Amino acid sequence: MNWQVMIDSFPALAEGALITLELVVISGILGVLLAVPMAMARVSPRPWLRALPLAHIYFFRGTPLLVQIYLVYYGLGQFEAVRDSVLWPYLREAYWCAIIAFTLNTSAYTAEILRGAIQSVPRGEVEAAETVGMSPALIWRRIRLPRAFRIALPAYSNEVILMLKGSALASTITLMDLTGVARTIIARTYTPVELFLAAGLLYVVLAFLILGGFRLVERRLNRHLQPG
Amino acid sequence: MFRQLSAMLIGVLLATPVFAQDTIRIATEGAYPPFNFIDASGEVKGFDVEIANALCEEMDANCELVTQNWDGIIPGLIAGRYDAIIASMSITPERQEAVSFSEPYYSNKLQFIAPGDSDFGPGDAAGSAIGAQRATIAAQWLEENVPDADIRLYDTQENAYLDLESGRLDAVLADVYVSYEWLDSDEGAAYEFKGDPVYNDDKIAVAVRKDDQVLAERFSEAIEAIRADGTYQAINGNYFPFDIY
Repeated sequence: MNWQVMIDSFPALAEGALITLELVVISGILGVLLAVPMAMARVSPRPWLRALPLAHIYFFRGTPLLVQIYLVYYGLGQFEAVRDSVLWPYLREAYWCAIIAFTLNTSAYTAEILRGAIQSVPRGEVEAAETVGMSPALIWRRIRLPRAFRIALPAYSNEVILMLKGSALASTITLMDLTGVARTIIARTYTPVELFLAAGLLYVVLAFLILGGFRLVERRLNRHLQPG
Repeated sequence: MFRQLSAMLIGVLLATPVFAQDTIRIATEGAYPPFNFIDASGEVKGFDVEIANALCEEMDANCELVTQNWDGIIPGLIAGRYDAIIASMSITPERQEAVSFSEPYYSNKLQFIAPGDSDFGPGDAAGSAIGAQRATIAAQWLEENVPDADIRLYDTQENAYLDLESGRLDAVLADVYVSYEWLDSDEGAAYEFKGDPVYNDDKIAVAVRKDDQVLAERFSEAIEAIRADGTYQAINGNYFPFDIY
């Protein structure tokens, strides 16, 4: 075991970990913004509205993340029309391609988590709100969504952890995330065990931070359930 | 019954090594045309593969060919997953600390390629987006000689070409013979070599584990033998109209 190479590469790995964290946080936030309307459509009584997000959810849950990243990065770049469009300044950057792929992917999973949560909001609470004359929009805002977020939180923290690990695939499209940095250093030093061990430890730290953040949010959201 | 069975088993176990030719497991990448690539039917083909087969025949060894991602190919050798690498691997001082090499079986140069209508030259590398395959001497050359360039590293050479086509890259630095093949294809028609080769002294050899000097010797002798009897020249002719030794 070559400890020196682990110590020497730590600053570069830490920089990579920052990129990884950025990818997860940005696409996580964008993913939730996309997932909320999709989940609301999925529980609609109107069949056509329910069907709308279905294709999106099926495609992104049914195909590997690596394939999705390749389609966004190498696939879109093949078309002249895409290269001439106003979006190209973004799409030519591996960073934004990764954000787009991760956002679309996580939004599909999150939408399904949220759909389940919305459906398990106790019927009586919604009925009570109807009885006091709340409008459907107000019921969504005050009762169904806040309750659903609380119910979904533990399952959603799982999804974020899975996304953290999935983000390692960003290294396949030239991004210098934690895995990308590790692989580039290994290419020079041929010490895969040391570098992957160090990268693995940093992933554990990131996962720990994310879970800690969720625990804080959970405690705040459920503070009415706490003793005292 | 049990005794008979175990006696048979022991017999088989004892007999097998006596009749077996020695088996050498050889790794190649399979994404580096024309040297090694996987064709439409899923078979590994290319210059490296033909050379590997010729060397095995010369050494009278039984060879198994496996494919392995490029950036894991040396770690896999060290871990004992296979015994040799025949995958257009350049001899470098860094690699020599990790593995042993045979005598070279061909020589290579590094040269930039860029769109035919661009005025990119090797001197412009510093401010440009340059692609190379991760864990190659091209990547290493860029890191050492133009650290100010926006260096993008790809898992395979083919992905670097894809990004040159999409316009994300200003240029790609790669082995001349690999680029030669790509420039000759439909996709590469609009691109060309820019400037002189930036690195001339690139020797390609068979890599084996560091303590496997005997095997390296056997490969070196076999390379010399196929050069002498014309097998090498015949294989060379299948790919290039000039001698790449």
